[in-house]
Amino acid sequence: MADNSPTPTDSEDAVIVARGVRKHYGAIHAVDGVDLDVRSGELFGLIGHNGAGKSTMFKMMLGLIPATAGEIRIDGAVVGGGNFRAVRRSVGYLPENVVLYDNLTGLETLQFFARLKAAPLADCPPALERVGLAHAAKRRVREYSKGMRQRLGFAQALLGKPRILFLDEPTTGLDPEAIRGFYAILRQLKSEGVTMVITSHILAEIQERVDRLAIMAAGKVQASGTVQALREQMDLPLWFSVHVASEDFDAVRSALGHLPVIAIEARDDHVAVQCRRESKMAVIEALAGLDGRVRDLTVREPSLEDVFFGFSD
Amino acid sequence: MDIAQIATIAGKEFWDRIRNRWVLAVALVFTAFALVIAYFGAAQQGAVGFRSIDVTIASLVSLVIYLIPLIALILGFDAIVGERERGSLDLLLSMPITRVELLLGKYFGLAAALTFSTVAGFGLVAVVLSAQLELDALFHYFGFMLSSVLLGCAFLSLAVMLSVFASDRTRASGLAIAMWFFFVLVFDLLLLGALVVSGGELGGRLGSELFPYLLLLNPADVFRILNIFSLEDVRALYGLATVFPPNLAHPALLGAVMFAWIALPLGIAAWRFRK
Repeated sequence: MADNSPTPTDSEDAVIVARGVRKHYGAIHAVDGVDLDVRSGELFGLIGHNGAGKSTMFKMMLGLIPATAGEIRIDGAVVGGGNFRAVRRSVGYLPENVVLYDNLTGLETLQFFARLKAAPLADCPPALERVGLAHAAKRRVREYSKGMRQRLGFAQALLGKPRILFLDEPTTGLDPEAIRGFYAILRQLKSEGVTMVITSHILAEIQERVDRLAIMAAGKVQASGTVQALREQMDLPLWFSVHVASEDFDAVRSALGHLPVIAIEARDDHVAVQCRRESKMAVIEALAGLDGRVRDLTVREPSLEDVFFGFSD
Repeated sequence: MDIAQIATIAGKEFWDRIRNRWVLAVALVFTAFALVIAYFGAAQQGAVGFRSIDVTIASLVSLVIYLIPLIALILGFDAIVGERERGSLDLLLSMPITRVELLLGKYFGLAAALTFSTVAGFGLVAVVLSAQLELDALFHYFGFMLSSVLLGCAFLSLAVMLSVFASDRTRASGLAIAMWFFFVLVFDLLLLGALVVSGGELGGRLGSELFPYLLLLNPADVFRILNIFSLEDVRALYGLATVFPPNLAHPALLGAVMFAWIALPLGIAAWRFRK
Protein backbone atom coordinates (compact mmCIF):
# COMPACT_ATOMS: atom_id res chain seq x y z
CA MET A 1 0.00 0.00 0.00
CA ALA A 2 1.20 3.50 -0.77
CA ASP A 3 1.91 6.21 1.76
CA ASN A 4 -1.23 6.40 3.84
CA SER A 5 0.07 6.68 7.33
CA PRO A 6 -1.08 9.61 9.43
CA THR A 7 2.46 9.94 10.79
CA PRO A 8 4.80 10.01 7.82
CA THR A 9 8.48 9.55 8.08
CA ASP A 10 10.88 12.17 6.78
CA SER A 11 10.93 12.21 3.05
CA GLU A 12 14.18 13.37 1.48
CA ASP A 13 12.48 15.45 -1.17
CA ALA A 14 9.86 16.96 1.15
CA VAL A 15 9.73 20.75 0.85
CA ILE A 16 7.04 21.16 3.50
CA VAL A 17 7.55 19.22 6.69
CA ALA A 18 5.34 19.49 9.76
CA ARG A 19 6.10 17.59 12.93
CA GLY A 20 3.90 17.44 16.01
CA VAL A 21 2.23 20.73 15.16
CA ARG A 22 -0.37 21.96 17.62
CA LYS A 23 -2.38 25.12 17.87
CA HIS A 24 -4.44 25.56 20.98
CA TYR A 25 -6.76 28.45 21.78
CA GLY A 26 -7.34 27.80 25.45
CA ALA A 27 -9.34 24.59 25.65
CA ILE A 28 -9.91 24.52 21.89
CA HIS A 29 -7.41 22.36 20.02
CA ALA A 30 -7.66 23.74 16.50
CA VAL A 31 -4.69 21.67 15.36
CA ASP A 32 -3.66 18.79 17.53
CA GLY A 33 -0.44 17.03 16.67
CA VAL A 34 -0.21 17.17 12.89
CA ASP A 35 2.62 15.51 10.94
CA LEU A 36 2.81 16.19 7.23
CA ASP A 37 5.26 15.80 4.38
CA VAL A 38 4.64 17.52 1.06
CA ARG A 39 7.10 16.41 -1.57
CA SER A 40 8.78 18.58 -4.12
CA GLY A 41 6.68 19.17 -7.22
CA GLU A 42 3.52 17.49 -5.98
CA LEU A 43 -0.01 18.80 -5.83
CA PHE A 44 -1.11 18.06 -2.29
CA GLY A 45 -4.71 18.33 -1.15
CA LEU A 46 -5.75 19.24 2.37
CA ILE A 47 -9.40 18.47 2.94
CA GLY A 48 -11.73 18.50 5.91
CA HIS A 49 -14.97 19.85 7.27
CA ASN A 50 -15.23 23.48 8.31
CA GLY A 51 -13.38 23.76 11.62
CA ALA A 52 -11.26 20.68 10.92
CA GLY A 53 -8.10 22.74 11.27
CA LYS A 54 -7.14 23.22 7.61
CA SER A 55 -7.11 27.02 7.64
CA THR A 56 -5.23 27.12 10.94
CA MET A 57 -2.70 24.68 9.50
CA PHE A 58 -2.40 26.86 6.40
CA LYS A 59 -1.82 29.97 8.48
CA MET A 60 0.86 28.24 10.52
CA MET A 61 2.61 26.97 7.39
CA LEU A 62 2.65 30.54 6.08
CA GLY A 63 3.94 31.89 9.38
CA LEU A 64 0.84 34.03 9.93
CA ILE A 65 0.21 32.53 13.35
CA PRO A 66 2.70 30.73 15.58
CA ALA A 67 2.27 27.09 16.50
CA THR A 68 1.65 26.28 20.14
CA ALA A 69 4.00 23.32 19.76
CA GLY A 70 5.84 21.45 17.04
CA GLU A 71 7.80 22.63 14.07
CA ILE A 72 7.09 23.42 10.43
CA ARG A 73 9.83 23.68 7.84
CA ILE A 74 9.31 25.16 4.40
CA ASP A 75 12.10 24.56 1.92
CA GLY A 76 14.39 23.73 4.82
CA ALA A 77 13.71 26.93 6.79
CA VAL A 78 11.86 26.81 10.07
CA VAL A 79 8.66 28.84 9.76
CA GLY A 80 9.08 31.98 11.84
CA GLY A 81 12.84 31.49 12.01
CA GLY A 82 15.58 33.76 10.75
CA ASN A 83 15.80 32.32 7.23
CA PHE A 84 12.06 32.18 6.65
CA ARG A 85 11.89 35.68 5.17
CA ALA A 86 14.04 34.61 2.22
CA VAL A 87 11.88 31.52 1.71
CA ARG A 88 8.75 33.68 1.66
CA ARG A 89 9.94 35.26 -1.56
CA SER A 90 9.49 31.87 -3.22
CA VAL A 91 6.07 31.22 -1.68
CA GLY A 92 2.76 32.23 -3.26
CA TYR A 93 -0.49 32.37 -1.33
CA LEU A 94 -4.07 32.68 -2.46
CA PRO A 95 -6.36 33.14 0.56
CA GLU A 96 -9.85 31.67 0.68
CA ASN A 97 -11.56 35.05 0.61
CA VAL A 98 -9.10 37.14 -1.29
CA VAL A 99 -9.46 40.80 -0.38
CA LEU A 100 -7.67 43.24 -2.64
CA TYR A 101 -7.66 47.01 -2.81
CA ASP A 102 -10.72 48.41 -4.56
CA ASN A 103 -9.07 51.71 -5.44
CA LEU A 104 -6.19 50.13 -7.38
CA THR A 105 -6.40 48.80 -10.91
CA GLY A 106 -5.63 45.16 -11.61
CA LEU A 107 -2.18 46.05 -12.87
CA GLU A 108 -1.44 48.36 -9.94
CA THR A 109 -2.50 45.62 -7.54
CA LEU A 110 0.03 43.24 -9.04
CA GLN A 111 2.71 45.92 -9.11
CA PHE A 112 2.17 46.57 -5.40
CA PHE A 113 2.58 42.89 -4.52
CA ALA A 114 5.48 42.51 -6.97
CA ARG A 115 7.35 45.25 -5.11
CA LEU A 116 6.75 43.48 -1.80
CA LYS A 117 8.01 40.22 -3.27
CA ALA A 118 10.94 41.94 -5.01
CA ALA A 119 9.64 40.47 -8.26
CA PRO A 120 10.22 42.31 -11.56
CA LEU A 121 7.37 44.69 -12.38
CA ALA A 122 7.64 43.43 -15.95
CA ASP A 123 6.16 40.12 -14.73
CA CYS A 124 2.83 41.77 -13.91
CA PRO A 125 1.25 42.06 -17.39
CA PRO A 126 2.12 38.41 -18.28
CA ALA A 127 0.64 37.29 -14.93
CA LEU A 128 -2.61 39.09 -15.79
CA GLU A 129 -2.54 37.53 -19.23
CA ARG A 130 -2.05 34.09 -17.73
CA VAL A 131 -5.23 34.33 -15.64
CA GLY A 132 -7.23 35.92 -18.45
CA LEU A 133 -7.41 39.43 -17.05
CA ALA A 134 -5.26 41.31 -19.56
CA HIS A 135 -8.36 43.10 -20.85
CA ALA A 136 -9.15 44.40 -17.34
CA ALA A 137 -5.62 45.46 -16.39
CA LYS A 138 -6.51 49.14 -16.17
CA ARG A 139 -9.88 48.72 -14.53
CA ARG A 140 -10.25 49.39 -10.82
CA VAL A 141 -10.66 46.29 -8.68
CA ARG A 142 -13.96 47.69 -7.39
CA GLU A 143 -15.35 47.03 -10.86
CA TYR A 144 -14.21 43.38 -10.85
CA SER A 145 -16.64 40.50 -10.37
CA LYS A 146 -15.97 37.95 -7.62
CA GLY A 147 -14.46 35.55 -10.15
CA MET A 148 -12.20 38.26 -11.55
CA ARG A 149 -10.99 39.14 -8.07
CA GLN A 150 -10.23 35.49 -7.45
CA ARG A 151 -8.24 35.32 -10.69
CA LEU A 152 -6.39 38.51 -9.77
CA GLY A 153 -5.60 36.96 -6.40
CA PHE A 154 -4.24 33.93 -8.22
CA ALA A 155 -2.11 36.16 -10.47
CA GLN A 156 -0.75 37.79 -7.33
CA ALA A 157 0.20 34.36 -5.97
CA LEU A 158 2.08 33.58 -9.18
CA LEU A 159 4.31 36.66 -8.96
CA GLY A 160 7.98 36.05 -8.34
CA LYS A 161 7.86 32.56 -9.89
CA PRO A 162 7.07 30.81 -6.60
CA ARG A 163 8.43 27.34 -5.92
CA ILE A 164 5.67 26.67 -3.40
CA LEU A 165 2.02 27.66 -3.71
CA PHE A 166 -0.63 27.62 -1.00
CA LEU A 167 -4.10 27.75 -2.49
CA ASP A 168 -7.01 28.01 -0.07
CA GLU A 169 -10.32 27.22 -1.79
CA PRO A 170 -8.89 28.65 -5.02
CA THR A 171 -11.88 28.05 -7.29
CA THR A 172 -14.42 29.88 -5.12
CA GLY A 173 -16.47 32.15 -7.34
CA LEU A 174 -15.02 30.85 -10.61
CA ASP A 175 -17.27 29.68 -13.45
CA PRO A 176 -16.67 26.21 -14.96
CA GLU A 177 -14.55 27.56 -17.79
CA ALA A 178 -12.38 29.54 -15.39
CA ILE A 179 -12.04 26.47 -13.15
CA ARG A 180 -10.82 24.46 -16.13
CA GLY A 181 -8.37 27.25 -16.97
CA PHE A 182 -7.22 27.38 -13.37
CA TYR A 183 -6.39 23.67 -13.26
CA ALA A 184 -4.66 23.94 -16.62
CA ILE A 185 -2.34 26.52 -15.06
CA LEU A 186 -1.79 24.21 -12.09
CA ARG A 187 -0.81 21.39 -14.47
CA GLN A 188 1.64 23.72 -16.16
CA LEU A 189 3.08 24.81 -12.80
CA LYS A 190 3.39 21.19 -11.76
CA SER A 191 5.33 20.43 -14.91
CA GLU A 192 7.66 23.27 -13.92
CA GLY A 193 8.25 21.59 -10.56
CA VAL A 194 6.15 23.91 -8.39
CA THR A 195 4.95 22.34 -5.15
CA MET A 196 1.31 23.14 -4.39
CA VAL A 197 -0.92 22.69 -1.37
CA ILE A 198 -4.60 23.12 -2.09
CA THR A 199 -7.75 23.02 0.00
CA SER A 200 -11.19 22.63 -1.48
CA HIS A 201 -14.66 21.66 -0.38
CA ILE A 202 -15.41 20.49 -3.90
CA LEU A 203 -13.91 17.04 -3.56
CA ALA A 204 -14.96 15.87 -7.02
CA GLU A 205 -12.91 18.74 -8.41
CA ILE A 206 -9.66 17.73 -6.78
CA GLN A 207 -9.89 13.93 -6.59
CA GLU A 208 -8.46 13.38 -10.05
CA ARG A 209 -5.99 16.24 -9.80
CA VAL A 210 -4.08 15.90 -6.55
CA ASP A 211 -1.12 13.58 -6.24
CA ARG A 212 -1.73 12.97 -2.56
CA LEU A 213 -3.97 14.41 0.08
CA ALA A 214 -4.50 14.53 3.80
CA ILE A 215 -7.91 14.30 5.44
CA MET A 216 -8.20 16.45 8.54
CA ALA A 217 -10.84 16.14 11.22
CA ALA A 218 -10.91 17.50 14.76
CA GLY A 219 -7.49 19.09 14.32
CA LYS A 220 -5.75 15.84 13.34
CA VAL A 221 -4.69 14.21 10.10
CA GLN A 222 -6.96 11.16 9.96
CA ALA A 223 -5.33 9.75 6.84
CA SER A 224 -2.97 10.79 4.09
CA GLY A 225 -1.83 9.31 0.81
CA THR A 226 -2.97 8.98 -2.77
CA VAL A 227 -6.70 8.86 -3.44
CA GLN A 228 -6.36 5.23 -4.54
CA ALA A 229 -4.39 4.27 -1.44
CA LEU A 230 -7.04 5.85 0.78
CA ARG A 231 -9.77 3.99 -1.11
CA GLU A 232 -7.97 0.74 -0.52
CA GLN A 233 -7.35 1.59 3.10
CA MET A 234 -11.03 2.33 3.66
CA ASP A 235 -11.97 -0.85 1.77
CA LEU A 236 -15.14 0.75 0.48
CA PRO A 237 -17.25 -1.37 -1.91
CA LEU A 238 -17.40 -0.83 -5.67
CA TRP A 239 -20.54 -0.42 -7.73
CA PHE A 240 -21.15 -2.11 -11.11
CA SER A 241 -23.88 -0.94 -13.45
CA VAL A 242 -24.71 -3.93 -15.65
CA HIS A 243 -26.83 -2.90 -18.64
CA VAL A 244 -28.94 -5.82 -19.86
CA ALA A 245 -32.45 -6.28 -21.20
CA SER A 246 -35.03 -6.53 -18.43
CA GLU A 247 -35.72 -10.21 -19.23
CA ASP A 248 -32.02 -10.92 -18.48
CA PHE A 249 -32.04 -9.44 -14.97
CA ASP A 250 -32.54 -12.89 -13.45
CA ALA A 251 -29.65 -14.28 -15.52
CA VAL A 252 -27.38 -11.66 -13.95
CA ARG A 253 -28.60 -12.57 -10.49
CA SER A 254 -28.00 -16.19 -11.18
CA ALA A 255 -24.50 -15.64 -12.64
CA LEU A 256 -23.44 -13.66 -9.57
CA GLY A 257 -25.35 -15.73 -7.03
CA HIS A 258 -22.32 -17.77 -5.96
CA LEU A 259 -20.09 -14.71 -5.51
CA PRO A 260 -19.75 -12.71 -2.26
CA VAL A 261 -21.49 -9.61 -3.61
CA ILE A 262 -22.99 -7.21 -1.11
CA ALA A 263 -26.07 -6.21 -3.03
CA ILE A 264 -27.82 -6.82 -6.37
CA GLU A 265 -30.60 -4.38 -7.26
CA ALA A 266 -32.66 -4.31 -10.46
CA ARG A 267 -33.12 -0.74 -11.68
CA ASP A 268 -34.87 0.77 -14.74
CA ASP A 269 -32.41 -0.27 -17.42
CA HIS A 270 -29.63 -1.97 -15.51
CA VAL A 271 -28.67 -4.10 -12.58
CA ALA A 272 -26.63 -2.41 -9.84
CA VAL A 273 -24.14 -4.69 -8.17
CA GLN A 274 -22.16 -3.79 -5.07
CA CYS A 275 -19.14 -5.86 -4.11
CA ARG A 276 -15.81 -5.73 -2.33
CA ARG A 277 -12.72 -4.79 -4.28
CA GLU A 278 -11.30 -8.33 -4.00
CA SER A 279 -14.40 -9.69 -5.78
CA LYS A 280 -14.10 -7.25 -8.68
CA MET A 281 -12.39 -9.56 -11.21
CA ALA A 282 -14.60 -12.51 -10.26
CA VAL A 283 -17.71 -10.39 -10.96
CA ILE A 284 -16.34 -9.30 -14.33
CA GLU A 285 -15.55 -12.90 -15.29
CA ALA A 286 -19.01 -14.05 -14.25
CA LEU A 287 -20.64 -11.31 -16.33
CA ALA A 288 -18.42 -12.18 -19.31
CA GLY A 289 -19.99 -15.65 -19.22
CA LEU A 290 -23.43 -14.28 -20.03
CA ASP A 291 -22.88 -14.78 -23.78
CA GLY A 292 -23.14 -11.21 -24.96
CA ARG A 293 -26.31 -10.40 -23.07
CA VAL A 294 -24.43 -7.62 -21.22
CA ARG A 295 -24.81 -4.53 -23.41
CA ASP A 296 -22.65 -2.22 -21.30
CA LEU A 297 -20.79 -2.29 -18.03
CA THR A 298 -19.54 0.56 -15.86
CA VAL A 299 -17.56 0.31 -12.64
CA ARG A 300 -17.78 3.12 -10.13
CA GLU A 301 -14.91 3.39 -7.68
CA PRO A 302 -15.68 4.96 -4.31
CA SER A 303 -15.41 8.71 -4.77
CA LEU A 304 -13.14 10.93 -2.72
CA GLU A 305 -16.31 12.07 -1.02
CA ASP A 306 -17.02 8.47 0.07
CA VAL A 307 -13.45 8.14 1.31
CA PHE A 308 -13.61 11.51 3.04
CA PHE A 309 -16.78 10.69 4.95
CA GLY A 310 -15.36 7.29 5.79
CA PHE A 311 -12.34 8.85 7.49
CA SER A 312 -13.75 12.08 8.84
CA ASP A 313 -16.83 10.53 10.43
CA MET B 1 14.73 46.07 8.75
CA ASP B 2 14.07 46.33 5.01
CA ILE B 3 13.58 49.98 4.07
CA ALA B 4 12.29 49.04 0.60
CA GLN B 5 9.36 47.12 2.12
CA ILE B 6 8.51 50.05 4.41
CA ALA B 7 8.68 52.40 1.43
CA THR B 8 6.37 50.17 -0.64
CA ILE B 9 3.68 50.14 2.04
CA ALA B 10 4.17 53.84 2.78
CA GLY B 11 3.99 54.72 -0.90
CA LYS B 12 0.69 52.89 -1.30
CA GLU B 13 -0.83 54.56 1.76
CA PHE B 14 0.32 57.99 0.60
CA TRP B 15 -0.88 57.64 -3.00
CA ASP B 16 -4.19 56.21 -1.79
CA ARG B 17 -4.79 59.50 0.06
CA ILE B 18 -3.66 61.57 -2.88
CA ARG B 19 -5.85 59.61 -5.24
CA ASN B 20 -8.99 59.73 -3.13
CA ARG B 21 -8.43 63.49 -2.67
CA TRP B 22 -8.08 63.22 1.10
CA VAL B 23 -4.88 65.28 1.00
CA LEU B 24 -6.48 67.90 -1.22
CA ALA B 25 -9.57 68.19 0.98
CA VAL B 26 -7.58 68.58 4.20
CA ALA B 27 -5.16 71.05 2.59
CA LEU B 28 -8.09 73.16 1.38
CA VAL B 29 -9.64 73.14 4.85
CA PHE B 30 -6.37 74.33 6.38
CA THR B 31 -5.92 77.00 3.72
CA ALA B 32 -9.46 78.27 4.09
CA PHE B 33 -9.29 78.44 7.87
CA ALA B 34 -5.88 80.08 7.86
CA LEU B 35 -6.92 82.72 5.34
CA VAL B 36 -10.16 83.47 7.15
CA ILE B 37 -8.34 83.78 10.46
CA ALA B 38 -5.56 85.91 8.97
CA TYR B 39 -7.94 88.39 7.32
CA PHE B 40 -10.98 88.34 9.55
CA GLY B 41 -9.45 87.43 12.91
CA ALA B 42 -9.82 90.95 14.19
CA ALA B 43 -13.32 91.54 12.85
CA GLN B 44 -14.73 91.63 16.39
CA GLN B 45 -12.60 94.73 17.01
CA GLY B 46 -14.06 96.29 13.90
CA ALA B 47 -11.01 95.79 11.72
CA VAL B 48 -10.67 93.57 8.68
CA GLY B 49 -7.42 92.56 7.03
CA PHE B 50 -4.12 91.03 8.02
CA ARG B 51 -2.78 92.59 11.25
CA SER B 52 0.10 90.64 12.72
CA ILE B 53 1.59 87.19 12.47
CA ASP B 54 1.50 86.80 16.27
CA VAL B 55 -2.25 87.21 16.44
CA THR B 56 -2.75 85.02 13.39
CA ILE B 57 -0.62 82.22 14.82
CA ALA B 58 -2.30 82.49 18.19
CA SER B 59 -5.71 82.12 16.53
CA LEU B 60 -4.50 79.29 14.32
CA VAL B 61 -3.07 77.47 17.35
CA SER B 62 -6.51 77.52 18.96
CA LEU B 63 -7.99 76.06 15.79
CA VAL B 64 -5.27 73.54 14.99
CA ILE B 65 -5.27 72.14 18.49
CA TYR B 66 -8.81 70.86 17.88
CA LEU B 67 -8.58 70.09 14.21
CA ILE B 68 -5.29 68.30 13.63
CA PRO B 69 -5.64 65.73 16.44
CA LEU B 70 -9.10 64.90 15.12
CA ILE B 71 -7.90 64.55 11.53
CA ALA B 72 -4.91 62.46 12.57
CA LEU B 73 -7.03 60.13 14.69
CA ILE B 74 -9.56 59.69 11.88
CA LEU B 75 -6.72 59.03 9.45
CA GLY B 76 -5.00 56.33 11.48
CA PHE B 77 -7.56 54.60 13.68
CA ASP B 78 -8.15 51.72 11.23
CA ALA B 79 -4.63 51.41 9.82
CA ILE B 80 -4.18 47.86 11.11
CA VAL B 81 -7.58 46.85 12.43
CA GLY B 82 -9.12 47.84 9.09
CA GLU B 83 -6.81 45.48 7.20
CA ARG B 84 -7.55 42.77 9.73
CA GLU B 85 -11.32 43.26 9.53
CA ARG B 86 -11.39 43.38 5.73
CA GLY B 87 -9.30 40.19 5.61
CA SER B 88 -6.37 41.64 3.70
CA LEU B 89 -3.90 41.47 6.59
CA ASP B 90 -3.10 37.77 6.12
CA LEU B 91 -2.20 38.28 2.49
CA LEU B 92 0.06 41.21 3.36
CA LEU B 93 1.77 39.27 6.12
CA SER B 94 2.32 36.29 3.82
CA MET B 95 4.68 38.53 1.85
CA PRO B 96 8.36 38.81 2.77
CA ILE B 97 7.65 41.66 5.15
CA THR B 98 7.81 41.74 8.93
CA ARG B 99 4.98 43.02 11.06
CA VAL B 100 7.10 45.95 12.23
CA GLU B 101 7.91 46.92 8.64
CA LEU B 102 4.22 46.80 7.78
CA LEU B 103 3.34 48.95 10.77
CA LEU B 104 6.06 51.49 10.04
CA GLY B 105 5.11 51.59 6.37
CA LYS B 106 1.51 52.30 7.28
CA TYR B 107 2.56 55.00 9.73
CA PHE B 108 5.02 56.76 7.46
CA GLY B 109 2.63 56.71 4.52
CA LEU B 110 -0.18 58.23 6.55
CA ALA B 111 2.20 60.68 8.21
CA ALA B 112 3.42 61.76 4.77
CA ALA B 113 -0.16 62.40 3.64
CA LEU B 114 -0.91 64.40 6.78
CA THR B 115 2.36 66.34 6.53
CA PHE B 116 1.81 67.08 2.86
CA SER B 117 -1.71 68.41 3.42
CA THR B 118 -0.62 70.47 6.46
CA VAL B 119 2.36 72.00 4.70
CA ALA B 120 0.43 72.59 1.48
CA GLY B 121 -2.58 74.05 3.30
CA PHE B 122 -0.74 76.41 5.62
CA GLY B 123 2.14 76.92 3.19
CA LEU B 124 -0.20 78.38 0.61
CA VAL B 125 -1.26 80.99 3.14
CA ALA B 126 2.40 81.77 3.85
CA VAL B 127 2.88 82.38 0.14
CA VAL B 128 -0.16 84.66 0.04
CA LEU B 129 1.00 86.60 3.11
CA SER B 130 4.69 86.60 2.27
CA ALA B 131 4.58 90.09 0.79
CA GLN B 132 3.35 91.46 4.11
CA LEU B 133 5.63 89.43 6.38
CA GLU B 134 9.10 90.13 7.73
CA LEU B 135 11.62 87.33 7.66
CA ASP B 136 11.26 86.95 11.42
CA ALA B 137 7.49 86.58 11.10
CA LEU B 138 7.92 83.99 8.35
CA PHE B 139 10.28 82.09 10.63
CA HIS B 140 7.59 82.02 13.34
CA TYR B 141 5.00 80.90 10.82
CA PHE B 142 7.19 78.05 9.61
CA GLY B 143 7.77 77.09 13.24
CA PHE B 144 4.01 76.94 13.64
CA MET B 145 3.74 74.75 10.52
CA LEU B 146 6.47 72.41 11.76
CA SER B 147 4.88 72.08 15.19
CA SER B 148 1.52 71.42 13.52
CA VAL B 149 3.12 68.57 11.58
CA LEU B 150 4.61 67.18 14.80
CA LEU B 151 1.23 67.46 16.54
CA GLY B 152 -0.40 65.54 13.70
CA CYS B 153 2.31 62.88 13.73
CA ALA B 154 1.97 62.44 17.51
CA PHE B 155 -1.79 61.89 17.32
CA LEU B 156 -1.36 59.69 14.26
CA SER B 157 1.03 57.55 16.29
CA LEU B 158 -1.62 57.27 19.01
CA ALA B 159 -4.21 56.36 16.38
CA VAL B 160 -2.02 53.62 14.90
CA MET B 161 -1.46 52.25 18.39
CA LEU B 162 -5.24 52.11 18.88
CA SER B 163 -5.61 50.34 15.55
CA VAL B 164 -3.28 47.59 16.75
CA PHE B 165 -4.98 47.09 20.11
CA ALA B 166 -8.62 47.36 18.98
CA SER B 167 -10.41 44.17 18.04
CA ASP B 168 -12.61 45.83 15.42
CA ARG B 169 -13.05 49.15 13.61
CA THR B 170 -16.06 50.19 15.66
CA ARG B 171 -14.13 49.90 18.90
CA ALA B 172 -11.14 51.61 17.34
CA SER B 173 -13.26 54.58 16.25
CA GLY B 174 -14.82 54.83 19.70
CA LEU B 175 -11.41 54.78 21.34
CA ALA B 176 -10.14 57.42 18.90
CA ILE B 177 -13.01 59.76 19.77
CA ALA B 178 -12.47 59.13 23.49
CA MET B 179 -8.77 59.88 23.04
CA TRP B 180 -9.54 63.15 21.26
CA PHE B 181 -11.91 64.20 24.05
CA PHE B 182 -9.37 63.32 26.69
CA PHE B 183 -6.34 65.10 25.24
CA VAL B 184 -8.08 68.07 23.64
CA LEU B 185 -10.92 68.82 26.03
CA VAL B 186 -10.64 66.97 29.31
CA PHE B 187 -6.93 66.92 30.14
CA ASP B 188 -6.53 70.67 30.70
CA LEU B 189 -9.78 70.85 32.64
CA LEU B 190 -8.55 68.07 34.91
CA LEU B 191 -5.27 69.88 35.47
CA LEU B 192 -7.02 73.15 36.22
CA GLY B 193 -9.42 71.32 38.49
CA ALA B 194 -6.51 69.73 40.32
CA LEU B 195 -4.92 73.14 40.71
CA VAL B 196 -8.09 74.64 42.14
CA VAL B 197 -8.91 71.69 44.41
CA SER B 198 -5.38 71.55 45.83
CA GLY B 199 -5.10 75.30 45.80
CA GLY B 200 -4.40 75.66 49.52
CA GLU B 201 -1.44 73.67 50.64
CA LEU B 202 -0.49 71.89 47.46
CA GLY B 203 -1.15 74.73 45.11
CA GLY B 204 2.25 76.28 45.34
CA ARG B 205 4.13 73.06 44.81
CA LEU B 206 1.76 71.77 42.13
CA GLY B 207 1.82 75.07 40.36
CA SER B 208 5.48 75.77 40.34
CA GLU B 209 7.09 72.31 40.16
CA LEU B 210 4.76 69.59 39.00
CA PHE B 211 2.37 71.46 36.77
CA PRO B 212 4.75 72.18 33.85
CA TYR B 213 5.75 68.53 33.69
CA LEU B 214 2.13 67.42 33.75
CA LEU B 215 1.53 69.60 30.69
CA LEU B 216 4.16 67.59 28.83
CA LEU B 217 1.91 64.54 29.23
CA ASN B 218 -0.37 65.98 26.58
CA PRO B 219 0.98 66.51 23.04
CA ALA B 220 -1.69 69.15 22.44
CA ASP B 221 -0.34 71.19 25.35
CA VAL B 222 3.23 70.72 24.16
CA PHE B 223 2.14 72.11 20.79
CA ARG B 224 0.43 75.07 22.47
CA ILE B 225 3.47 75.88 24.58
CA LEU B 226 5.80 75.51 21.60
CA ASN B 227 3.89 78.17 19.72
CA ILE B 228 2.84 80.49 22.49
CA PHE B 229 6.30 80.76 23.98
CA SER B 230 7.76 81.83 20.70
CA LEU B 231 5.47 84.86 20.58
CA GLU B 232 6.12 87.61 23.11
CA ASP B 233 2.82 89.42 22.54
CA VAL B 234 0.71 86.36 23.04
CA ARG B 235 2.44 84.62 25.91
CA ALA B 236 0.78 86.73 28.57
CA LEU B 237 -2.67 86.04 27.14
CA TYR B 238 -2.42 82.34 27.98
CA GLY B 239 -2.96 81.41 31.57
CA LEU B 240 -1.47 77.96 31.27
CA ALA B 241 1.64 79.22 29.59
CA THR B 242 2.38 81.68 32.34
CA VAL B 243 2.96 78.86 34.83
CA PHE B 244 5.40 77.21 32.48
CA PRO B 245 9.04 77.95 33.31
CA PRO B 246 10.90 79.52 30.35
CA ASN B 247 13.88 77.16 30.75
CA LEU B 248 11.58 74.22 30.10
CA ALA B 249 10.03 75.91 27.09
CA HIS B 250 13.06 75.61 24.86
CA PRO B 251 11.87 74.64 21.36
CA ALA B 252 14.47 71.85 21.08
CA LEU B 253 13.36 70.33 24.37
CA LEU B 254 9.67 70.58 23.51
CA GLY B 255 10.42 69.24 20.04
CA ALA B 256 12.13 66.26 21.67
CA VAL B 257 9.05 65.72 23.82
CA MET B 258 6.93 65.74 20.66
CA PHE B 259 9.22 63.17 19.07
CA ALA B 260 8.84 61.06 22.19
CA TRP B 261 5.07 61.33 21.74
CA ILE B 262 5.55 60.00 18.23
CA ALA B 263 8.00 57.24 19.09
CA LEU B 264 6.44 55.89 22.28
CA PRO B 265 2.95 54.95 20.99
CA LEU B 266 4.51 53.63 17.80
CA GLY B 267 6.93 51.51 19.86
CA ILE B 268 4.07 50.15 21.97
CA ALA B 269 2.11 49.41 18.79
CA ALA B 270 5.09 47.57 17.28
CA TRP B 271 5.57 45.54 20.47
CA ARG B 272 1.88 44.55 20.55
CA PHE B 273 1.65 43.84 16.82
CA ARG B 274 4.67 41.53 16.90
CA LYS B 275 3.07 39.31 19.53
